[in-house]
Amino acid sequence: MALVDVKGVSKRFGGLTAVSDVDLTVNAGEVHCLIGPNGAGKSTLFKLIVGLYPPTGGSILFDSVDITNERPYARVQRGMSIKMQAPSVFKELPVRQNIQIALQERLSGAERSAEEDRLLTLLDLAQDSDKLAGALSHGQQQWLEIGMALALQPQLLLLDEPTAGMSPEETFKTGELIKSFNAEGMTVLVVEHDMAFVRQVAQRVTVLHLGKIFARGDLETILQDEKVADIYLGQSHAH
Amino acid sequence: MFKLLDGPQTLGRGKIFWSCFLAVLAGALIYPVFADSYDVGNFSYFLIWIFMALGLCLMWGYGGMLSFGQTFFFGIAGYGYGVLAINMGGGTTTIAAIILSVLIAMAAAAVLGYFMIWGGISGIFFGIVTLSATLVLAFFLGQTAGPEWHIGTARLNGFNGMKGMDPLAVGDFYIEGSALYYVMIALIVIVYIALRMLVNSSVGNVIVATRENPQRAEMLGYDVRKYQLLTFVIGSGLAGLSGALYTSWGQFITPSSIGLPAAAMPIVWVAFSGRSDLTATLVGSFLLLFGFQTITVYSQQAALVLMGTLLLATVMLAPQGFVLGIGKLVVDWWTRRRRREPAPTLADAGRLQSDET
Repeated sequence: MALVDVKGVSKRFGGLTAVSDVDLTVNAGEVHCLIGPNGAGKSTLFKLIVGLYPPTGGSILFDSVDITNERPYARVQRGMSIKMQAPSVFKELPVRQNIQIALQERLSGAERSAEEDRLLTLLDLAQDSDKLAGALSHGQQQWLEIGMALALQPQLLLLDEPTAGMSPEETFKTGELIKSFNAEGMTVLVVEHDMAFVRQVAQRVTVLHLGKIFARGDLETILQDEKVADIYLGQSHAH
Repeated sequence: MFKLLDGPQTLGRGKIFWSCFLAVLAGALIYPVFADSYDVGNFSYFLIWIFMALGLCLMWGYGGMLSFGQTFFFGIAGYGYGVLAINMGGGTTTIAAIILSVLIAMAAAAVLGYFMIWGGISGIFFGIVTLSATLVLAFFLGQTAGPEWHIGTARLNGFNGMKGMDPLAVGDFYIEGSALYYVMIALIVIVYIALRMLVNSSVGNVIVATRENPQRAEMLGYDVRKYQLLTFVIGSGLAGLSGALYTSWGQFITPSSIGLPAAAMPIVWVAFSGRSDLTATLVGSFLLLFGFQTITVYSQQAALVLMGTLLLATVMLAPQGFVLGIGKLVVDWWTRRRRREPAPTLADAGRLQSDET
């Protein structure tokens, strides 16, 4: 069953067509990776899905409801949760308060405190919970933002390059974290460059090129597609 | 409730702080017993302006919205009180006039705020639009000297100012002198406690989050526009409370209490005090008003130059605010003394937490 259904979506910036007549389906319960070379339109498509850009044409359905003209907060209230490419946290607030702000609509009192502790421990941030979020390392800020996204207990987790700036160990750990939440039923859509990470988490892959869908399928099929290898992965990856 | 009073958005927590708070309050309550009526009246006058400063602190320091429109709402409620008190008669109706005039100011804030916030105006443009509204109101009221400019029996009177309204009263008892002073103290305590509870509540969390990163706040499911509008209406309503009380206190109001020099004053008070904390704003604004009044007796120009100098010094030396910076310095000094570490400078303590606005 499709949780997200993108139908014929386009986005033009003046004379530049960043996304052109794209159809994309993300099924409930899957980890779906959106890949492509630089300038392929991945981040633009991501921003169209989360509501940061209004599309020039087409429609976006979430759980069979047309959300094309809804603002990001309304999409979040429907069950989306979003992590942007650059760490986007409340830098002048303590780490714990960042998590608290994400949790406070769902939980209160002792339940909320317990969930704060659980998430901080899960993200290895418990010992830094009183620090200002801006004082964390880049990788820790990425995790904090992922933690804030997870705190909403979304149906759909949207991640734009979640491992940018992370060490290989941190990247692997992030992948395991995503897989564990997926195992509990969470649908995940990831925009990512790191093919090792994509191999670790992806169940289905869509390749964008020059603003259009170039290929789609399971990861092994994509990796064996020579045209994909030519435009993006490089022959060495394909074999 | 105590958790909200002692929450993370406000400096000054714990037993020592609240003991000092109670001691200062007790001192304020017994002050009229020892002071002469002139000084008590002066203190009431200083306290009138504190509401406007606290409102700006909420909007600017907590919400990240630099409003230059505090005297716009001050003027609306001030003139509103005059018009209502003159038309409704004196006595207890002045209480209704105060409440209604503040509500009118809040309604005006809701309309102006809606168009600005839903229109996507933010940052420095928020200040420019609110300043423009302020100057337009001051200019408009300045040309209302003719007899045709009246609302009911209340004449606006242009630059001569509106007069003839009764002061605050209950029945035949006029709330003046010490009585007004105690009303001011009670209102200040109520507003201060209510604002502390607001900023430390879950709503306050979102207000601060919106200041820090509005896009992130929206992506946590909050319609940040509603929180910004709420903050703007409350902050502007407090400016309205100052305006209504001012007119009631002096029984007059003129356009000069709205214009550019007046509009700049709350910015100076709050910037000097420390915009990111209610207590620092309360203390700093009171001290500045006291100092301004004292110097004005000798030279109004000197007082204005001093205000400008203080604003420059704040920007250069302690951008987070002098009162807040000194407060943090004292706390740091005490903590480092116990750990035997070198003390920081005022500039270190006064570093900006956020330079969004």
